[in-house]
Amino acid sequence: MTRSVIELPVSDADRRIARLAALAIGLTLAEAALPSPVPGVKPGLANIVILLVLLQHGWRTAAWVSGLRVLAGGLLLGSLFAPGFWLSSAGALVSLTVLALARHLPSRHFGPVSLSVLAAFGHIGGQLALVGVWLLPGSALITLLPVFATAALVFGTVNGLIVTRMLAAPAPDGRQSAPCTLP
Amino acid sequence: MSLLRAGDAAVLFAGAALVVALTLYAWGGSRGDTAVIRAAGRVVETTSLARARLFSVNGPLGTTQIEIQPGRARIARDPSPRQLCVKQGWLTQSGQAALCLPNQVSLEIRGRTPAYDTLGY
Repeated sequence: MTRSVIELPVSDADRRIARLAALAIGLTLAEAALPSPVPGVKPGLANIVILLVLLQHGWRTAAWVSGLRVLAGGLLLGSLFAPGFWLSSAGALVSLTVLALARHLPSRHFGPVSLSVLAAFGHIGGQLALVGVWLLPGSALITLLPVFATAALVFGTVNGLIVTRMLAAPAPDGRQSAPCTLP
Repeated sequence: MSLLRAGDAAVLFAGAALVVALTLYAWGGSRGDTAVIRAAGRVVETTSLARARLFSVNGPLGTTQIEIQPGRARIARDPSPRQLCVKQGWLTQSGQAALCLPNQVSLEIRGRTPAYDTLGY
């Protein structure tokens, strides 16, 4: 009997995606421990990572990191294939789609804050669309819309400002505007 | 590099406008949240406009069908000859009413703050 060995070559890009995804998953887990008044209102800290990845490594890498975050986050939180997982997936999908379009905005005028706010609205929009179509069709979800939209605006702005600061943070040797050193 | 660029301010402004619009749309005081169905002057059903339902009310001419959907209600079917109450379509605002006079059935929307103290027909 011959043992067949399947070798999967691992490139540097794969390792980078894994490292960044681990970072995003860590933030997702930390965030799950925060109490939230309304389910669905969360700071979305992992989006900081997604946004940094998008700006530094491009959309494809960001999509990988986002997908892995949703999948592994679902595994670790025990919500894999539960409604929460699908909500998360829908939010990530719409958010990535929005980012794919929004990153073509001229960067002279539109910084990370724009991308972050648009992505946050995409996130909550995707989730609410799925809730409206699948989970609670015909319910009075309309009443909660302002709460979700306000949360998206506030947390999107804060996350965007954090990303801007991180991109502009001085490098260890004191240089200004050095590229942020993610692991 | 500044924290906010011109486009960012525009995006934030648009976002704030969206929030305000949604708030007015969802929490505007005049939107009704309850439907009151009457037959021959007596209240036969008082129901929330939260979820979709279908009611059938009997009158002298036949059956009137009332359809409730989230945030709105209408007379879906009525045996009246001129179909006035059916043609009124969806009612959403507090104080709106559809009257099927020949069949003596009426549908009225109520909100938290009544738009009128009383209505005379």
